Amino acid sequence: MAVNRSNDNEGFITTTVDALFNWSLKNSLWPMPLGISCCAIEMMAFAGPRFDVSRFGAEVFRFSPRQSDLLIVTGTVTYKMARVVRKIYDQMPDPKWVISMGVCASSGGMYRSYSVVQGIDQFVPVDVYIAGCPPRPDSVLKALMQIQQKIQSGGKEIPVQEREKVFVE
Amino acid sequence: MKEKIEAKLLSALGDGLVSFGEFNGQIVAEVARDRIVEACKALKEDPELSFELLSDLCGADMLNFEDRSARKAYLAIEHEYRPEPVSNAERFVVVYQLTSLKNKVRIRLKTRVDGDNPVCPSITSVFKSANWYEREAYDMFGINFEGHPDMRRMYMPEEYEYYPLRKDFPLMGVPGSIPLPRK
Amino acid sequence: MATEEKSKVSPAGSRLASVQILKALEDRDTNVVLEDPLENYMVLNMGPQHPATHGVLRLLVKLDGETVVDCIPELGYLHRGYEKIAEACSYHEFIPHTDRLDYISPLANNVAYALAVEKVGGVEVPLRAQYIRVIAAELARISSHLMAIGAMAMDVGAMTVFLWAFREREKLYDVFDLFTGVRFTTSYTRIGGVAQDMDDKAVKAIHEFIDDFPKHLDEIKRMLNRNRIFLDRTVGIGAISAKDALEIGLSGPNIRACGIDYDLRTFSPYLVYDQLSFDVVTEKEGDCFARYMVRMREMEESVKLVNQALAKMPAGPVKADLPKKVLPEKERVYTKMEELIHDFVLVNDGINPAPGDAYVATEGSKGELGFYIISDGSGLPWRLKIRSPSFCSLQALPLMLKGQMISDVVAIIGSIDPIMGEADK
Repeated sequence: MAVNRSNDNEGFITTTVDALFNWSLKNSLWPMPLGISCCAIEMMAFAGPRFDVSRFGAEVFRFSPRQSDLLIVTGTVTYKMARVVRKIYDQMPDPKWVISMGVCASSGGMYRSYSVVQGIDQFVPVDVYIAGCPPRPDSVLKALMQIQQKIQSGGKEIPVQEREKVFVE
Repeated sequence: MKEKIEAKLLSALGDGLVSFGEFNGQIVAEVARDRIVEACKALKEDPELSFELLSDLCGADMLNFEDRSARKAYLAIEHEYRPEPVSNAERFVVVYQLTSLKNKVRIRLKTRVDGDNPVCPSITSVFKSANWYEREAYDMFGINFEGHPDMRRMYMPEEYEYYPLRKDFPLMGVPGSIPLPRK
Repeated sequence: MATEEKSKVSPAGSRLASVQILKALEDRDTNVVLEDPLENYMVLNMGPQHPATHGVLRLLVKLDGETVVDCIPELGYLHRGYEKIAEACSYHEFIPHTDRLDYISPLANNVAYALAVEKVGGVEVPLRAQYIRVIAAELARISSHLMAIGAMAMDVGAMTVFLWAFREREKLYDVFDLFTGVRFTTSYTRIGGVAQDMDDKAVKAIHEFIDDFPKHLDEIKRMLNRNRIFLDRTVGIGAISAKDALEIGLSGPNIRACGIDYDLRTFSPYLVYDQLSFDVVTEKEGDCFARYMVRMREMEESVKLVNQALAKMPAGPVKADLPKKVLPEKERVYTKMEELIHDFVLVNDGINPAPGDAYVATEGSKGELGFYIISDGSGLPWRLKIRSPSFCSLQALPLMLKGQMISDVVAIIGSIDPIMGEADK
């Protein structure tokens, strides 16, 4: 967004509608925490007073999929639970994004067994994967910032050099 | 204490008591399969022993079980090292851990169950907490407990066809046995 | 896109009808035609994803108006196949898996598992390691009870207590970070001892936390113990008698709230608990408030235990000196030949305990956490059964819920404090 100050200091801002919408979207993401196992505890810490998530505008953890736009899948997804995860993803209204938190959700983690799905991207499209068992809440904040970058750029894939920027435009 | 328990079991079961011993400080007794309900009842209702708490009930699959301690394999002299594989008639073992709060003592009871047609009498009439444990043993091994009020699977979905903890079931499972939703 | 599927259901109330309703509710859009629609109860599905079921617990609650008539808990949504994995990895490799069982107090699970393997393998642990394990287990108990009370209070409506409890837990995470190296899933114990020693900085941090903690516990007590709303929501709710509790196999704070003083630290003392003095906390009523009070007072007992253990801890090695069974120190592995060979053999082949079986139970923060290991003499366990306290507590849930109102279900589940990671294994 470009700020255009005329000589009388009237202070006009010219921008595109897309940029304005994306800016307001990214600063008020409402997460839907699907707290399944241990990563849920780190997600509670991420929402807690120390790694404060409300500075990103995302502290509204409404446990209803119809009222949220960011699905955070935390924990091991088993075959029995996969139908439930898919159902919740389908119930969320567009536009929606998915963070797969922890190695169990991203790739099956340390559980190579008969009942664990080796990665939720087999049935749900994922935007950001977070590694870690469990990832520190700082990593989850970084993932949230990357989703914000993705939203600001209109949903396009961010190139690797751009992902490491600290300040999100 | 140990002698009292042995005496009680002998008087209640007679020759239903297959063996009684102690391993590493823990009392173990093996009981014939049809007499297990009597054994549990006798241990629970005796006012002096009063084994009132069932701590655990689990199954185990002893297919191809043999003594693999490295030392014996190292000294694999023919007449000394004799693995005793378990016959199919004794493939499954059901293990009961009973606890007596009064005397602060534990006992482990074991019964052997047939491999082809695994059926074992249920002890839910004696201990109510055996309900879910026996469902779990059924889910994991396929051991049917007669007299159980609610025999269905515990962890795996109802329509699952296999018994996961058997030794011939692979670790990664059978692909496609539980369908995934489509992307 | 509704798929209409009319199926005749057996008479209401029969077991077959419940199973059929269970299956029908799993599908997307299903119509179930009952034979007489006005004579049946309403079945409410508190599904696996729910803000107040602690984890993925599915409850099918049969309601008569607003009163609960029956409930069927359904587990298995987090069944990860631990026991099958245990048969495929060695005893050391299974230690990180034990962290994730009761994932709120990982240190307690590590200690329980290490004790079970040491019993089967016949390994004696040096005294300093035993004291460190006691301190770790008690700190894990404090952390778990804080979480339980915070979550229960949040479910009942007191959000402030949840944030205070989490602030204390963050301080505990810092303490764990100092002596184990990890915030959360620690994998701290090893067969024969603990992974690394507790240095002075860690001891000082524990002292600071323990000296400061009773003050914050008092804040929570002042907020909740005589709070009109909290008392109305928890006193008399979900009561269970002592006889029922013993029959159904409860243990831990849940059974101590009914008056039975079954605490494994005094029942069969393990580690150095017989040399430390503490009280076993019991209450008499067996309702939600009694369970809450037991947890609050147990945290004070844990503070006492940690203080005593820190005072009595001797100097010495933290790993047993059995080269064939205990992993050697890393510095010696990199420099000396015998330690390198032993490390290689132990990691490849495992510790090879004698064939036999052992059941060892410890007082986890939820109750009796037991491991039953059958060993066949090789480095991999033949059978590892995990006796998890949450599994048994959930079995008591239908008993506690009969006759209560639907809005009390959440308070009762919170007071039992189940963790699905260990209930589902």
